[in-house]
Amino acid sequence: MSTPYAKLPGWVEYGLVPLINLAVAFIVAGLVVLLVGENPFEAAYHLINGAFGRGEYIGFTLYYATTFIFTGLAVAVAFHCGLFNIGGEGQAYVGGIGVALACLWLDQTMPWYVVFPIAIVGSAFFGALWAFLPGWLQAKRGSHIVITTIMFNFIASSLMVYLLTRVLKPLGSMAPQTRTFAEGGQLPKLDWLLSIFGLNIGTAPFNISFLLALVAAFAVWVLIWRTKLGYEMRTMGHSPSAARYAGIRESRITVIAMMISGGLAGMMALNPIMGEQFRMQLDFVQGAGFVGIAVALMGRSHPGGIIPAAILFGVLYQGGAEIAFEMPSISRDMIVIIQGLVILFAGALENMFRPAITRVFAMRGQRAAAVVQTKGA
Amino acid sequence: MDNIAIELRGIDKSFGPVHANKNINLKVRKGTIHGIIGENGAGKSTLMSILYGFYQADSGEIIVDGRPITIRDPNAAISAGIGMVHQHFMLVENFTVLENVMLGAEDSQILNKGIAKARQELKRLEKEYALEVNPDALIEELPVGLQQRVEILKALYRKADILILDEPTGVLTPAEADHLFRILGQLKAQGKTIILITHKLREIMAITDEVSVMRRGEMVATRTTGETSVEELAELMVGRRVLLRVQKGEGTPGDVKLSVQGLTVKDSRGVTMVDDVTFDVRAGEIVGIAGVAGNGQSELLEAIAGIRKATTGTVLLNGESVDVTGHRDPAALRARGLAHVPEDRHHVGLVLKFEESENAILGYHNDPRYLNGVFLNIDAIRKDAEEKIAKYDIRPPNARLKTANFSGGNQQKIVLAREMERGPDVLIIGQPTRGVDVGAIEFIHKRIIEMRDQGKAVLLVSVELDEIRALSDRILVMFAGRVVGERSPDATEGELGLLMAGVEGRKEAAE
Repeated sequence: MSTPYAKLPGWVEYGLVPLINLAVAFIVAGLVVLLVGENPFEAAYHLINGAFGRGEYIGFTLYYATTFIFTGLAVAVAFHCGLFNIGGEGQAYVGGIGVALACLWLDQTMPWYVVFPIAIVGSAFFGALWAFLPGWLQAKRGSHIVITTIMFNFIASSLMVYLLTRVLKPLGSMAPQTRTFAEGGQLPKLDWLLSIFGLNIGTAPFNISFLLALVAAFAVWVLIWRTKLGYEMRTMGHSPSAARYAGIRESRITVIAMMISGGLAGMMALNPIMGEQFRMQLDFVQGAGFVGIAVALMGRSHPGGIIPAAILFGVLYQGGAEIAFEMPSISRDMIVIIQGLVILFAGALENMFRPAITRVFAMRGQRAAAVVQTKGA
Repeated sequence: MDNIAIELRGIDKSFGPVHANKNINLKVRKGTIHGIIGENGAGKSTLMSILYGFYQADSGEIIVDGRPITIRDPNAAISAGIGMVHQHFMLVENFTVLENVMLGAEDSQILNKGIAKARQELKRLEKEYALEVNPDALIEELPVGLQQRVEILKALYRKADILILDEPTGVLTPAEADHLFRILGQLKAQGKTIILITHKLREIMAITDEVSVMRRGEMVATRTTGETSVEELAELMVGRRVLLRVQKGEGTPGDVKLSVQGLTVKDSRGVTMVDDVTFDVRAGEIVGIAGVAGNGQSELLEAIAGIRKATTGTVLLNGESVDVTGHRDPAALRARGLAHVPEDRHHVGLVLKFEESENAILGYHNDPRYLNGVFLNIDAIRKDAEEKIAKYDIRPPNARLKTANFSGGNQQKIVLAREMERGPDVLIIGQPTRGVDVGAIEFIHKRIIEMRDQGKAVLLVSVELDEIRALSDRILVMFAGRVVGERSPDATEGELGLLMAGVEGRKEAAE
């Protein structure tokens, strides 16, 4: 048989293999910490403690995770259709316009639960709009989506600078940001959720958009595996020639998949804008669109994998900030190195340990089979 | 009997839980042609890959010329005098014959000396084995038969004494295959040992001295070719008696269901692939299109099926015209009663990463039976798949198994079940049994004839001439994009072979 990679049991495939990859990433990261003359165990302590040590820290970790769930889902949806959407960053950034407009319009007259749904629709609309053009260019003109989405990130950046310095900035203000929203533009925190576990949320901006992220994850699962559209997207993603044979309209599906992807990326903007800052600032996305690529990669483009992967990156962000704070010789850049190593081992080198693990389990399987045979005889 | 060129003792190989080779013992005598036959997945290719150093055996010994050796990579195989001619040629298309032959055996960083030496050696080999090829011709300009000859030369240039040929005749015309067999005879006469892997029983009978049969990873028998028969070998391969030629009654052709008129297809480079092809297929008949692979059959099928745009021409389906030059819509054609079993089931007919049940609706996924509004009706889809699995005896009978984990024959049955169970008016089938085991071939052929007897119009494309002759009521032969002749299935193989090679056809077309 031509496939030397045998099938592994589910818990090995989705549990053990990622854990081993993660462990190796942390060991190598520890060596780097050692190299700059610091104690890696101390760093590990600060990482874990910084992410989980107090209710407030957990709140921050989950706040970051919320953002990464959205961008991770965005990348995953496009990926199922065979499209590599690098433009989550720009789509999230432009999605912010939808959130900001909804809040600026209604925050003084309406309660948050009226503003929130409108902001959701607005963010998804603007995000989808920003993904529509690259999708359309790919479908109709054959312009490669990777190139166009990267270019659209830059265009988004320039557009937002223009809007935030000329259009959306209140008169007389020197800061490139919108005015601060009134109560109607502020999402409630999930302090009650943490207090169930006896934790105090403190100042952490962990808010209700986390629940929206979980709903979005479920919706993506339904879309991909339970709808006709998802079926057509997966067919295209696995085999464009089979999709053509099946009469699936490629250009239509390409554009729709990109718009859903962009819409999800755009919804990420809800979390920082309505959940933390209560205004739209310059560069509020802060690379979350790119982290989404790593999250989708690590989560195997499955919502059930994306949520834990997003939490892991939340841990790295929050715990990493704590390391930088507690251990001055480890700068923020070091944290980026650690994150890079996680991406490297969990994403790019994902199959490095697989052959060895497969062999171990094949041997175990044979021994078990032999036992059954001797018992049978 | 110490005249053994190569001996395998107790070769065992597993890929995870798949036991591909079980305790294989094989002796190949020096200066003979030894055939190895078996169904797909019987372990032939694995065994040969072990012999050529692509894989390592888990246990067992390889003995060449009486010395046990370990073959860790192809280089070790080459230095042990083992050469391999792969099914898919390993040639650099834009290199010359000479450059390809010396690739990897250049001797030094500066090429001049090597080239001169190689040229001389090539000349000697040509003379010795009657293997004429122009050493300065570019590979991409050579016909397939000659490309294969280059592969053989490559092996001989590396001083191979044992030559392994993996399914060598799959891409050849009957005449080219005959020529290959003459070359192999010549090599044998010069004392070379040849191992021929094939699933074509006729070839085994024609040129081998001995034949070994593999089944499910085991070497089940070795016979002297002269003392066995096609029937016995087929039975050994499959493990039960098989009908080699399906029983088929007289057809009763009715109305024209599919009419192709003046169809011309050009590829993206503007090269004419299908050239002014005209024919009809009637209800209740099977029209077979014979030809060597690459003579426009694939493009013809795709143009009719609505996957490829035609340049000019008309197609009538059930008497109504189909837009073949403008917007192509395979889904609409399906709705109008055209079913298509594509030539390439791996990339076109199936999505290998899908569950079986998901592939069972590919192309028919707009059918309201499988949907609840915009949602898939998973229960209905799985139930439907299970019914087809039972009816077509698809094994293992698991609608949730990933399609890649089915054998070639069962994958093909998934496609056939999907396309046939719809009761189409017109069924077009490409390579129905490519990479399919003997047992499944019988089943598939019976189904195709059943379709005809139910009054369907069947258009069949195959590069297996035997298959075309066994199934068709009329045979069209394609060469260089044109239909060069029509014959009845009683036409001799020689006659069809000449047409396929474009010899007869030119005269006929000129008339």
